[in-house]
This record gives sequence, C-alpha cells and structure tokens, in this order.
Amino acid sequence: MFNARICARSFLGAALLIGSFAAAPAVAAWEPTRPVEFIIPAGTGGGADIMARTIQGIVTKHNLMKQPMVVINKAGGAGGEGFLDVKNSRNNPHKIVITLSNLFTTPLATGIPFSYKDLTPVAMLALDEFILWVNASSPHKTVKDFLAAAKAANGTFKMGGTGSKQEDQIITEAIQKSSGAKFIYIPQSGGGAVAVQLVGGHIDSTVNNPNEAVSHWRGGSVRPLCVFDSKPLPYDEKIAGDLGWNSVPTCKSQGLDTEYLMLRGIFMSPGATKDQVEYYIELFKKVRATPEWADLMKSGAFNQTFMVGDEYAKWVAVEEKRHQDLMKDAGFLASQ
Amino acid sequence: MEEIGNLFTGFATVLRPFNIMVMVLGIVLGVVIGVLPGLGGANGVAILLPLTFSMSPTSAIIMLSCIYWGALFGGAITSILFNIPGEPWSVATTFDGHPMAQQGKAGEALTAAFTSSFVGALFAVVVITLIAPLVAKFALQFGPAEKFAVYFLAFCSFVGMSKEPPSKTVAAMMIGFALASVGLDSMTGQLRLTFGIETLLTGFDFLIAVIGLFGIGEILLTMEEGLSFKGKSAKINARVVWETWKELPRYWVTSLRSCIIGCWMGVTPAGATPASFMSYGIAKRLSKRGRNFGNGEIEGVVAPETAAHAAGTSALLPMLALGVPGSPTAAVLLGGLLIWGLQPGPMLFVEQKDFVWGLIASMYLGNIVGLIIVLTTVPLLAAILRIPFSIIAPIILVLCAIGAYTVHNSTFDVVMMLVFGVVGYLLKKCNYPLAPLVLAIVLGDKAEEAFRQSLLASQGSLGIFWSNGLVGTIMALGLIALFWTAIQTGWTRLAAKPAV
Repeated sequence: MFNARICARSFLGAALLIGSFAAAPAVAAWEPTRPVEFIIPAGTGGGADIMARTIQGIVTKHNLMKQPMVVINKAGGAGGEGFLDVKNSRNNPHKIVITLSNLFTTPLATGIPFSYKDLTPVAMLALDEFILWVNASSPHKTVKDFLAAAKAANGTFKMGGTGSKQEDQIITEAIQKSSGAKFIYIPQSGGGAVAVQLVGGHIDSTVNNPNEAVSHWRGGSVRPLCVFDSKPLPYDEKIAGDLGWNSVPTCKSQGLDTEYLMLRGIFMSPGATKDQVEYYIELFKKVRATPEWADLMKSGAFNQTFMVGDEYAKWVAVEEKRHQDLMKDAGFLASQ
Repeated sequence: MEEIGNLFTGFATVLRPFNIMVMVLGIVLGVVIGVLPGLGGANGVAILLPLTFSMSPTSAIIMLSCIYWGALFGGAITSILFNIPGEPWSVATTFDGHPMAQQGKAGEALTAAFTSSFVGALFAVVVITLIAPLVAKFALQFGPAEKFAVYFLAFCSFVGMSKEPPSKTVAAMMIGFALASVGLDSMTGQLRLTFGIETLLTGFDFLIAVIGLFGIGEILLTMEEGLSFKGKSAKINARVVWETWKELPRYWVTSLRSCIIGCWMGVTPAGATPASFMSYGIAKRLSKRGRNFGNGEIEGVVAPETAAHAAGTSALLPMLALGVPGSPTAAVLLGGLLIWGLQPGPMLFVEQKDFVWGLIASMYLGNIVGLIIVLTTVPLLAAILRIPFSIIAPIILVLCAIGAYTVHNSTFDVVMMLVFGVVGYLLKKCNYPLAPLVLAIVLGDKAEEAFRQSLLASQGSLGIFWSNGLVGTIMALGLIALFWTAIQTGWTRLAAKPAV
C-alpha cells in the first residue's frame, strides 16, 4: 500500500517536473524550496475556498512557481484553527493564508489568542462585495418596499447568512441600525447553503456575495435589490435578461445607508523576511495578470483594489478598529 | 426522451481511447487513496487536481469522478479487513464485513461489498438520468425543519431497530452527542467545552474517533485473545467472486430497499452516512436472519454498501443543480468545475449539456470499469489476512497513526486516537454498541444546527416540525421507528386476540 502511495506521489512529481521545464526564470532573490501550504480558514465551497483553489489552478497551469502549491482547509473554530496554525509557524516562509472578515471577527467573538498583528501582511488581492437578495417571487421590488414590509412584519422577517457573529450578521445588524427594521438572523454553514435556502423560500432575504448567488440569479430564482458599496459595480455583462451587475443600485442611493466590503487578502507566517514577502507579492502580481483571474473577478463582480506594503497594513488596521466598534455596538464581543 | 439522446452523445464522448485510459488510471489511484485511512477521497482528489489541468474539461472531470468512485470502492477494503472505516459511510460495513473476514470469508465480504456498491451507484445513476429536474426541485423543499426531521428519523430508527437494550444504545448515542458539541457553537459563534485548550477548537473529528474506536479497539481485543488472528484460514480462491455472485441474487429485496433508502437520503441533503446506518438497521429488523446480524452475515454487508453508494451518487445531483456540495470530496470536485469555468447551478443543465451528460455517461462507465478493477484484486486482498497478526498489527497501528495525523497534521490527534482506542475497548467489553456513538459524532452537530435554525425561524415554537406535510410525515416515521418494538408487540397481541 505504501508503494502504491509512493508511486502516486512520484507520478505527480514527474508531472510537475515536466511542467517546470517551461517555467520562466524567477526574479526574486528568495524562492520556495519546498511545497507551499496555502491555508484557507474556511470550509470547502465558500468564497475564500473558490478564490484559493482558482489561484492554485492558475499557479499550476502557468507554472508560476517551481514548487507545488497545496491548498488546505482549516475551518475549525470559525477559522481560528487556520489562523493559529499560521501564527504558530514562525519563520516558516512556506505557509500563506487567505483571509476573509473572520481575520477580525473570530478573535473578537471567541476570545482565542490571535490578532492580525501576529501575521506578516503580503497583499490585498481584491475586496468582495455584498448584495441584498430576495427570492424572485417576493413582491418587494425595491429596497424601500422591502424595508417597509420588514418593519410592518414586526421582527418576523428571516435573514439568512454565513456563520454567527461574522460579516453577514454584522451587515444585518448595520441594516437594522440604519433602517429600524428588525430581522431574525439565521446562521447557515456556508454561502452556497444560504443561497439555496433563499431559493427554497425558507428565508426572506440574504446578503450573499455576488458569486454565491449569481447562478441562481441567472436561473431566475433570486433578485438583487442593492449593493453595499459606495458606487455601483463596473461589470456591464448581461446576466439575467437585460440586467447585469452594473444595474444593481447602491444601497445608499436607495435610502439604506450601509456600506461593507470584505478583505480577500494574503498574509504569511510571522517572522518572514523582506525577500520572502517580495517573492509572494511578485507571485500574486503574476496571478492577477492572467485571463483566469480576470474571469474570476468578472464572475464574482469583485472590487479589484490591490494593495501591498504599508498601505495594506494601514488599511487592515483601520478595518480592525471598525470591526471592533461594529461588534461592540452589537454586543458580539467575547468579553461582553 | 431528449435525455436518452443526450446520454448517448455523452457515451460517444467518453468512449474515446484516451478517456478510457484516464478512467482506468483514475479508478486505480482512487482505490489507493480510499485504502489509506485518513488520506480520504477529498485530500486525494485535491492532490491530484493539478494533474488534470492539461486535459480537456471532459477528460479531466472523467478522471476526477473516477478517482471519486475508486475512493468509494476502496473505503470498504480497510473496513472489512481491519475494522477501520476510511469514510463515515463505511462504518456500517464493518459490523458484518469484519466478522466475515475473521471467519476466513474476506473474499466473499469484499465481493459482496463491491458488487453492492456497484448496484447502488448504478440504480442512482439511472434515477439521475430519468428524473434529474424533478430531483433538484424536491431538494429545494428542504429547510432546516425538514433537515432536522431526516436526522431525527436516522437516530430514531437506530434506537428502535437496534437489538441491544435501548438504554445502552441511547447512552452510547449521548456520549456521541456530547463529543460532537465540543468546539465552535455555530449558532452563537462562541466556543464550547474547549476549556481554553487550543487543540480542542476544532472539536473531535469523526475520523480520529473512528480510527481509535474501531481500529485500535479491535487490535486491543485481539491482543487479549492471545494474538491469534482467526483470519489465518483465509484461502486464496480465484473463484470466490463467482461463488459469491451466485449467492447474491437471493438478497434482491434488501438490495432494492437499500437503493431506494440511499437515493432518498442522497437527494434530501442528509447524505450517505445516515443512509448506510438506516439501511443496515432496517435490514436487521426485516431480514429472516436478522438475529445473526453482527456475526458475519453477508446481507449485513449488502444493505449498508448499496445504500451508501446510491446516496453518494445521487448526492452529486443537488451539487450540480444547486451548487451545494454534499461531501468534502464533492466540494473539491466543485472546485475543479470552477477552474474550467463551469458554474454549477440551475443553469448548468441548460448551458453545458455536453459536459453534464458526459459526466453522467462517465458515471455509468466509470462504475463498470471500477467494478472490474476492484474485483480482480479480491483474492489478493483476502490473502493479506494470511499474514500473522503479530506482523500485521504493528503495520495497522502505523497506518492508523498516519491516518489520524493527516486529518489536521497534529500529534495531539494521534494521542486522541489512542484514548478513543481504550474507550472503544472498554465499551465493547461492557457490551455497549459503538455504532450509535459514531452516528452521533457524525450527525450530532448537523442535527443540532438544523434544530436550532428551525426554532430561530419559528421563534421557539416546536410546531414547526409539524407545519407541513413533508416535515410532519418524516417526523411521524421517526416516531414509529423509535417505538417499533412496542408497536410490534402491541400488534401481535391485537392480532392474537380474536383467535382466543
């Protein structure tokens, strides 16, 4: 049995070796000498998972790295498992992690000994948008109708979202605060499951990311009401009939003053040197230049802001402060 | 009959020499992955995913789905030979499969397991071919309350159908529920029962518990019996496959029932694990030889394997049609689809017909190729048991340790595995059944999540579990299953009365 496993390994190794002959000469001074572990602090099938697996595919297909990239899901404890793993891998430059908002929310809500400051920031790859969705058969065509109905329903409207005390529930809290309507928040295990519950009519609304709900929008079973960004999305491709992402109005323009964007960024283990950070920045710049990346951005209607270095570190610091305030207001802190 | 036409186009694509080669390679790799405990289908598919990038999407998905089939087949091998289930749905296979191996009938058990897997999967593929659109719609009706009802039914049928005293079954189940609640509480986002220990953050993984309870526990029991492994008498017999096949048609009723249970549980997103347990439990009650279940009854291998594979296969349909993966392996397959720009969801069947029907055609052929490949290995695998126990036991221990370690790459898990081994040994000595414990670890947190989601939605009213025909029917079935013994006794008395 062991032989068979070694066979499978060497077969894989041979395939990668053949591939690497075509690789371009590397620019950076440091290079990975073993396989790079790419940690996802979330389950399979979610937004972070899809992005990380796409990156793995791009890196392999275009031979951007001489060593293989291995994607590992460490979703336990709302991602705490993954973050603690990276935190405890000081001076191991072969470990990187993709983040979502649980970088801030998990330590705040659970009190686990972890802070974003424990990791080395590499780059912001993009920001993920949030959209308010209702079932296509819902009578509410605009945000105003929807909120008025939610208020009239007197706290019986059901909002589904991913996880508890994470981004979806924070947005729900923000909507309640700015509109005065009350929702029952029902946590689900993942974005895909949330979308299916909305299609099945088991909940009234969601704040799914675009790519979690896009296939159901194309299938005509859900309807976007507004996007939680300061300006409309720039993608004009038609998705459902005449409508594209650019036809979704901002929530603010509809009288719902709430904005929220989620970090899709890369961090690495503590104690990384400048050369090592530089290597990964260059790697992700190459990833961003591929057509597959452009396709991912378009299908998920991402906000394509890219940041590295001090600018990125500052952005993260501001965002952490904001999450702390939002969660304190909602009573979500572990110490409360 | 448009579906049939599409299916034949699919067959034409799949039957190219290159694709058939890819298929054989995928099955062999899959079996290897399935045999190694802990590596599991999901990791295997993830490791091999990059291999497929140079292929066309259709060849690539054929390869990946064949790895999936291979891993499903392979899971039964370690369950039967060493009492170590590699996947949750192989647990029920150990109940009768391993005793058979101990009696020197490993060849028969493996043949029965592989053949039943094939029958179950084939039945599910036919169901997919014929009623794909209806099935997807049915899956949409499942909200939290309906999901809870399905789990409730699985737990109840286990208590009601079990031959052990209900008090012992319930006790074992409760230990399982307690273990399942360790870690993050998904409803409040707070940690439970971790006592500040970081390694408990993730809770108890099913695989570690099972490798310990079954694998290590079994080694301890055998050691107590004086290191004599009864499997020594296993004879290498190339004709064992034919001889078992002659016997199998006798169990067609069990087989058909298990297929239906499997498909139903696969489509309702409960999945393969409850399907295999339920099917085993019901077969135990209804079979004429039910009393002998657990002592190496071939029907006890047929029932769970058929249901697990029918469920595993039919679960791919909601994944393709709704984009929600039913198992970790399916999730990795989903990732593969996305890399080739195929967005799973309701439009996949409309916009990517070639791909979908190619995949379905490859399910038919992949299963046939898989069955042929695994059946040829049966005499070889059965011969493993001829190796003296004093040599094989350390190897099993090492395999168990590697398996437990690979789940989270943590040495703490290896320690946990040994602890579970001792617990498993003690429970067995006191005649507590292990299966309900395992079932509760696997499904406990999902059942809890569904229950609390339902109550959140209904604002605390239990009426939500009777609020529509679907959920009410499943709950009623659950209650009937729970009190089955009492109902049966009552019925016999009533029926006897007029005669008096």
